[in-house]
Amino acid sequence: MRIRITFSKTGAMRYIGHLDLQVIWERTARRAGLPLAYTQGFHPGPRIQIACALPLGFSGRQELVDLWLKDAPAPGEPAGATLQVTSDSTVMVFQAEAPARRCIDLLQAAAPPGIDILRVERIEDHAPALQARVSAADYLVTLLEPGSVVPLAEKVEHMLGTASLPRERRGKPYDLRPLVLCLEIVKTGSLAPALHMLLSAREGATGRPEEVLVVLGVPLEQVRIERTRLLFAEDAATTSTTSDHHGSRSL
Amino acid sequence: MLFPLEINTRLERILLSVQKPGRYVGGELNSVRKDWETTPIHLALVFPDIYDIGVSNLGIQILYELVNGRPDALAERAYAPWIDMEAQMRQHGIPLYGLESRHALSDFDLVGVSLPYETLYTNALNLLDLAGIPVFSVERNDTHPLVIAGGHACFNPEPMHAFLDAFVIGEGEDAIGEIIDILRQFPRPKQAAGSAWREQVLHRLASLPGVYVPRFYEAVYNPDGTLQAITPTIPEAPGVITKRMVAHLPPPPVHFIVPNIEAVHNRVVIEVMRGCTRGCRFCQAGMITRPVRERSVEEIVAAAEEAIRGTGFEELALLSLSSSDYTPILELVTAISGQFAGRHLTVALPSLRIESVSVDLMEKLRDRRAGGFTLAPEAATERMRRIINKFIPDEQILETAGEIYARGWPTLKLYFMIGHPSETLEDVQAIANLCKRVLATGRQALGGKARLNVGVSTFIPKPHTPFQWVAVDTPEQIRLKQDLLRGELRDRNIKLTWTNPEDTLLEAWLARGDRRTAEVIHEAWKNGARFDAWQDQFRPEVWAAAFDSLGLDPAFYTHRPREAEEVFPWDHISSAVRKKYLYADYLRSLRGETRDDCRADCDACGILPTFSAERGEHPGIYWKCPEVKNHSPAIQEPR
Repeated sequence: MRIRITFSKTGAMRYIGHLDLQVIWERTARRAGLPLAYTQGFHPGPRIQIACALPLGFSGRQELVDLWLKDAPAPGEPAGATLQVTSDSTVMVFQAEAPARRCIDLLQAAAPPGIDILRVERIEDHAPALQARVSAADYLVTLLEPGSVVPLAEKVEHMLGTASLPRERRGKPYDLRPLVLCLEIVKTGSLAPALHMLLSAREGATGRPEEVLVVLGVPLEQVRIERTRLLFAEDAATTSTTSDHHGSRSL
Repeated sequence: MLFPLEINTRLERILLSVQKPGRYVGGELNSVRKDWETTPIHLALVFPDIYDIGVSNLGIQILYELVNGRPDALAERAYAPWIDMEAQMRQHGIPLYGLESRHALSDFDLVGVSLPYETLYTNALNLLDLAGIPVFSVERNDTHPLVIAGGHACFNPEPMHAFLDAFVIGEGEDAIGEIIDILRQFPRPKQAAGSAWREQVLHRLASLPGVYVPRFYEAVYNPDGTLQAITPTIPEAPGVITKRMVAHLPPPPVHFIVPNIEAVHNRVVIEVMRGCTRGCRFCQAGMITRPVRERSVEEIVAAAEEAIRGTGFEELALLSLSSSDYTPILELVTAISGQFAGRHLTVALPSLRIESVSVDLMEKLRDRRAGGFTLAPEAATERMRRIINKFIPDEQILETAGEIYARGWPTLKLYFMIGHPSETLEDVQAIANLCKRVLATGRQALGGKARLNVGVSTFIPKPHTPFQWVAVDTPEQIRLKQDLLRGELRDRNIKLTWTNPEDTLLEAWLARGDRRTAEVIHEAWKNGARFDAWQDQFRPEVWAAAFDSLGLDPAFYTHRPREAEEVFPWDHISSAVRKKYLYADYLRSLRGETRDDCRADCDACGILPTFSAERGEHPGIYWKCPEVKNHSPAIQEPR
């Protein structure tokens, strides 16, 4: 069975990179007593796919990971937990000599500080890989030292009015402008000004908030960046480029 | 002094500019964050190397769980920031802080420094300095925390005597609680002026068994630079400080901190027994951790299960100094392999004897991956093996190695040591010959797939061992022997690693130093020495200059054979194994006489008379010392 977990990554977890997060999921699943499915071969490893690496220092509000779990123990292996999906799509875990538990509760109890489990759903085993489906990402960039917002607004406007923003990353030239799907100044609940960015996140066409900030002349050490949502291709097509869908924010 | 909030704000500005910021933020599963205001006693446990190494340290884990298990105390952790982070911290005025609450280390009541080996000394100084705590004990006032060290290196505390307020000699499980009790009785004042807190607490500590407070002792030297005596200057301080020993091993820790970044060891560690009765004469651990105390199979399996479930770690290590000597080893291995079969867990069982039974044991534990297999013959000639009291005939080594390869382990690792007392080039040549013969058995079994890793370290005569009277090889001798091995072991399936002579000498100076060595350490640290255990950071020239500027001859500490009656800088520290016994054993080694495992026949090393009260309370086979008359009439099963 393949399950998809929606989770947030905050606090100290912001400083933990993608590869380490992979191991964190492996251990979390083991602590939760979930029967991880292992790959075949010389170095068997659990099948875990995390969508779009979250850069170091960013927090994530709704990140995604897929885990593959065993439906039945392999010959010679101890009987482990079994999973079932109820009529209301809740993933339940049955363990020997224990009452059935919701998978989300087991994972939450096993997750390290800084990882909160928001949703667990069953995914078709052969559904496309997460990485292939994500097309864009929403970011909220909080300015820690607000200063004057007016010049920033002008810079944003100027940037949006530009047809092309040639830049270089790791020695390769690319155009940043088409990767910026939306850019606006918003106010967060704490009244600190923030930037909302919707950036392309397709393979080979990923817009990076840091790069946008460089163009805007905002020093990286003066911001806190949160990825608020990953958008699938079909969502992105139907989503307006305004920020209405961000519930936590008032304009 | 900075508050946690301010430290946090400053940290946030720099964390993304350093490598692996996950080292500096804490927040790991099983880390414990207690309420600062309502918990009376605050302890910081410090490991003076980077997080990646320190977070796997068992000693810190034991104390962390013990202290945090008390309602009246909290323990937080701190590790050495790597060079890049240190620079950022100094530039931005961030003091070393506890990972859990981000309180500056100087806010704690007690800073406990782990000193398991000597090459951490400059880091320890650096950490105190980074914490804003004066590095010299005498310069601290009553607003500063107490700074106490523990760990194997403290069996010769003298080189670090100037920097620590006190040392705990031996096992810390009981002592740490007693120290906290003293701190409860004498709370740390908020103001330094007019308080006698430090003085009061140190006097109390000086009378606590196993605690050494160096400022209450005086060293007098002979004209030739050797020691005449170290004597206490206050009545509370004992003339000899005898190590602490936990008569019954407490339950092993199970709530291991699970680091969020990769550490050197990512595993649950269960100590199956403590101590060793083999009596290898080079081995300090084997001498200072006596008597042998075993945990029961049930306790080990239950702890392993709880710890693996609670951490999700992929590896379990069953540790001891000599696993094959754990009495119910077969029963343990059977139980562990039954418990964890099919759970994708790697089980490590190091320190096995070189015999085919060990291969059987490892085979039972092998789940999915065939990793390496490690054997430690230490020497390759019969003469040498008798001298070091680790006697394993070539045939037995070859047979075991052949068995290992034949059962499908492609890589074998052999550990040897050069520089044993009276070693000649023939003894070194024999190491090369033996390696070639071992690989030949591998080729027979596996063909070109067979690999041999050879690790050759250099012997250092450590305090409290029968070899403490012996000199260290000179760098020239070491190089000659290493050149011989490098020349002989040119085979693309053999990987030879060795210790640089400079590393060996530094460790030897620090291990064998006296009070004057403290000035050398301070001088070297001032001139930039730190991370001396790191190949790419160690700067031997800084150390040479430090000895030079203080007018001390490093060879005095390392290359000088000692007279029988020489007073050693560590003679006022007792491991309970008597100096007389060690010397007699040294004489036996000169005659090529071995000693048997002392479980059957007591060699009277000194453990039983020193700990007769403890033995009386724990009779029977729980300790592996043989029952000696007058200790206890009844033989009982361990609990």
